[in-house]
Amino acid sequence: MSTLVFVESGEGKVRKTSLEAVSYAAALGAPVTAIGMGTISKEELGKLGKYGASKVLHAGDGRLNQEVIQAYAGVLVQAMNDEGADVLVLANSSLGTPVAARVAARIDASLATNVVSLPDTSSGFVVKRSIYSGKAFALVELTHAKKILAIRKNAAQARETGAPVEVIPYDPSISDNDFKTKITGSEKATGEVLLPEAEIIVSGGRGMKGPEHWTMLEDLAAALGAATGCSKPVSDMGWRPHHEHVGQTGVKVSPQLYIAVGISGAIQHLAGVNTSKYIVVINKDPEAPFFKAADYGIAGDAFEVVPRLTEAIKAAKE
Amino acid sequence: MKILVCISHVPDTTSRINFVDNNTKFDTNGVQFIIGPYDDYALARAIELKESAGATVTVLNVGLAETEPTIRKALAIGADDAIRVNAEPVDSYFVASQIAAQAKGAGFDLILMGRESIDYNSGVVHGLVGEMLGIPSMSPVMKLDVDGMAVKMAREIEGGKETVEAQLPLVAGCQEPIAEWKIPNMRGIMSARTKPLKVVEPVTVDSGVMLREFELPPPKGSVRMISPDNVQELVTLLKSEAKVL
Repeated sequence: MSTLVFVESGEGKVRKTSLEAVSYAAALGAPVTAIGMGTISKEELGKLGKYGASKVLHAGDGRLNQEVIQAYAGVLVQAMNDEGADVLVLANSSLGTPVAARVAARIDASLATNVVSLPDTSSGFVVKRSIYSGKAFALVELTHAKKILAIRKNAAQARETGAPVEVIPYDPSISDNDFKTKITGSEKATGEVLLPEAEIIVSGGRGMKGPEHWTMLEDLAAALGAATGCSKPVSDMGWRPHHEHVGQTGVKVSPQLYIAVGISGAIQHLAGVNTSKYIVVINKDPEAPFFKAADYGIAGDAFEVVPRLTEAIKAAKE
Repeated sequence: MKILVCISHVPDTTSRINFVDNNTKFDTNGVQFIIGPYDDYALARAIELKESAGATVTVLNVGLAETEPTIRKALAIGADDAIRVNAEPVDSYFVASQIAAQAKGAGFDLILMGRESIDYNSGVVHGLVGEMLGIPSMSPVMKLDVDGMAVKMAREIEGGKETVEAQLPLVAGCQEPIAEWKIPNMRGIMSARTKPLKVVEPVTVDSGVMLREFELPPPKGSVRMISPDNVQELVTLLKSEAKVL
């Protein structure tokens, strides 16, 4: 019995969500094998040992530099087999979740995505999933021998408990058939912090009055080490790119702190943020519905409050 | 081109979520049901492809008789015919198995659906169906163009997007801005009444996932208001009370 963890990376670094997945897997108790794919250094992958991996594999085949869903699924199926793994853990992400689906269908595994808790194994294998866009949970029992768990971002904590381990090259057989989809280009956000995995998010709505005022939010985000997000009208109007749209039909986030500026708090927006640990709302309108969902609120003009807040945070960090 | 659009029948996004029967059933009391918002994008794109490139669009829903108004709405928007698999959509594997059973051998070139349903939020049905049918799957897809057998897509990745090329047949999980939602017009609503809606019985599936119970999150405490002239207080609270700074 062992647990396999699919490790995602970006710009040569293991993603934070994958560190969380490794720590989650370690907490299951069985030995953990982590597997990284494509362009990533041995040093970076070796660090996974610190988070609880007892073995780290690297599938370095050049074709895997492209994050092709089917090909990644094929590698994971083989790795589970080779490692005798009965559980696969990965991040609930735009790559992890579709990959998990294909692996599950191929090996007839019980699959749970959006998992927010460690399993309760007192009777069966029961995990808690977030459903209804964070408005409820479901406790589900996974009954098949093989299980796949996609862990929601920020639901598990990445913990350094051990030491780096040596990385073992892994050379699965990959069929060209798995590369029927070809990635022809990509555009990535330039910010330091990725929105889906950010600990702190500063988000702006229509109350910001125009894209030219975003520097104010970016300054606040920079002071906090935060990512920036926006409401649906803002991305619909083209003030900000779609991948920054937080809400029911955009990115769903679960940061430690969500700061909403000039967002009224339509229920569709709340559906994307209601699993945040703390919510701060800054809005000119004291009747804005978002205040009801907030922990802290400031009813005031964003153009005055935000620069002041940025200065206060800078001062507090000094 | 033959397009299959799989739609979910889900509570309106403004619904209050409650459970009954010892937290094992969703409380439908006073709840409005709609086509899943992501599925609605998939449907809108399918109708656009039908208009621009020529295609037939079949909608499929896994659900009991109460989902028929939702299916009729999809027909009113412009789908040609519909299939209802007569079963409660208990989990993703079950639903995917039903879709695969209907699609197998039916000659669909393109199978579209939302990236996820907004009730169970699993986001895996497209991948499961792709694997079950042995064809590629892609999600979340924000742009999809078809030229002959070639498909060009844009897919959202963590903090960005990538462009992807593939060949039909293909399964895609869609999200905005792939198309604008379409509102049915009176002619669509009239013609939807007579469009074929076939009801089929489900195939048997052991999905390996069993619901134990639902749970609601603890109620939120009330908001603490801070004067706009005293942002320092907010910083202090975030540091010492919330401990997030």
